Amino acid sequence: MIKSLFSDDLPRSVVLSVILGVILVCLALAPFLFPGVRTVDTAARICIFIVLVASYDLLLGYGGIVSFAHTMFFGVGAYGVALALTHMGRGFDAIVVGALSGAVVSAVLALVIGLFSLRVRAIFFAMITLAVASAVAVLVSQMSGLTGGEDGLTFKTPRALTPAFKFGGELFGVKLNGKLLAYYFVFFGALVLFLLMLRVVNSPFGRVLQAIRENDFRAEAIGYRVVYYRVAATCLSAAAAALAGSLYAVWLRYVGPDTTLSMEIMIDILLMVVIGGMGTMYGAVIGATLFVVAQNYLQNLMGAAAGLVEGVPLLPDLLNADRWLLWLGVLFILSVYFFPTGVVGRLRAGR
Amino acid sequence: MTDPILSTRDLTVRFGGHVAVDAVTCDFHAGELTAIVGPNGAGKTTYFNLISGQIPATGGSVSLRGRDIAGMSVSQRTRAGIGRAFQLTNLFPNLSVLENLRLVVQSKSGKGFNLFSMASRHSELTEAAEAVLARVRLLEQAGQTVSELSHGDQRKLEVALLIALDPAVYMFDEPTAGMSVDEAPVVLDLIAELKAQSDRTILLVEHKMDVIARLADRIIVLHNGALAADGDPATVMASDVVQEAYMGKELTDV
Repeated sequence: MIKSLFSDDLPRSVVLSVILGVILVCLALAPFLFPGVRTVDTAARICIFIVLVASYDLLLGYGGIVSFAHTMFFGVGAYGVALALTHMGRGFDAIVVGALSGAVVSAVLALVIGLFSLRVRAIFFAMITLAVASAVAVLVSQMSGLTGGEDGLTFKTPRALTPAFKFGGELFGVKLNGKLLAYYFVFFGALVLFLLMLRVVNSPFGRVLQAIRENDFRAEAIGYRVVYYRVAATCLSAAAAALAGSLYAVWLRYVGPDTTLSMEIMIDILLMVVIGGMGTMYGAVIGATLFVVAQNYLQNLMGAAAGLVEGVPLLPDLLNADRWLLWLGVLFILSVYFFPTGVVGRLRAGR
Repeated sequence: MTDPILSTRDLTVRFGGHVAVDAVTCDFHAGELTAIVGPNGAGKTTYFNLISGQIPATGGSVSLRGRDIAGMSVSQRTRAGIGRAFQLTNLFPNLSVLENLRLVVQSKSGKGFNLFSMASRHSELTEAAEAVLARVRLLEQAGQTVSELSHGDQRKLEVALLIALDPAVYMFDEPTAGMSVDEAPVVLDLIAELKAQSDRTILLVEHKMDVIARLADRIIVLHNGALAADGDPATVMASDVVQEAYMGKELTDV
């Protein structure tokens, strides 16, 4: 049963299993273990980024295809839900319609980009995605009548997912309200999407993707139409990224170019995949968790550390909370240097 | 005589001014093992590439069972029945030996676009792959990653992939290249076994004359891209072209 759920692809390392287990428990019980607006928000972001990074890993780690348009698909999903909720009213039907149309539009976009460029060479695909993603980002900020431009869109989610909706009193000191439901909507949505993707990479299709990544020339010579598989992987990955975007929109009740379409997020995704470990799926979990936690809490940690070493020359300046981005950079360089195969690769090798 | 399985008509490819394969016309029949010989640079591998589709021809045609396949991609030709093993080992290096073979079996089964089943639970694919591994005596190495295998075992796997594919036309490009004298016979026995047990058309590029003498039903000689001789082994090996190509004897005229 559990093996089926994980598609016969278990973590294969005791330490890794423990870490993943801890992350799962923490995320599953986040509102109870770490009550607080900011902590729950961080947990929801982790869930969403796990899906987003896993969908990118499907493409890069399994298919060996470099794309710079992943945030575009993420954004299409988010804007899909935003537009549906704005124009159809605040119902669950609007979420379903928005998410599905976002996923379909993303897959079609990916299909078009893929058919045009994947026939030629993989590097050409990377360049095209970069161009299309930039064009879409500009388009979204220009079409302010529809998308709200740079300001983005604020919209209402179904009442059952808002803090105003209360059912019962408290459980372990946590208010039972719509915000809690919204968190579990995100959590279970992310869990299902992640397990689905884990299944896809371990399916016969996933095996062909790995073969193409390893040696596309030979994959062709044993009878696989390499282009079709690459295009299919691109579409799947785009649809999954769009669904992650839809979850993000439901959680934030806001979409804007900065939160969904920016190149900065694209770089973050790349870093999360590399830090976690490419071509492992579980790397997405580790990478997204580490990254989002660091992004949200490194600043606080450093502020505290600077306070501790007060009086010592130089150190408080170095540890000043304003320098958190510098230290985040240092952490990334170190992790790539010490774990070239990612955290998951390292843990599996050290078994 | 029966209809040929594979035939090339005036098959030509030129790279700029250089004609690498020059109007080669040749028929290959079922159950026949043809050795293709010629000095380095004679165009043997290029001729193979034209047949299996890695390089598009600039002239002439290739047909399989009478059907023109010149416009087909490599994967289409593979599915149509042209299988190829490569001179330089060409495998999936970071996957296991078993996975390499399973991919071939899976390709034949047409299950590549199966998205939501678990590859590990398609036992029929695993069993078929293991059967081929047993045949090439690699079953013990099934779980190993290909890049960890010895060169000899990688060559064996290269041949195994082709056997798993079981195409109508087998194309071996120097299957024993770089193998030690102890290892080479294993691969050659596999080819001999294949020839004895099936009516497949086998094309073999090989330099070692003793190998050719043992296996071939027929020899064709390529020289500067053109077909220089074609016939049964004894006749061709005694001919002037082969003497010149392999013994360095001066050729007065061809």
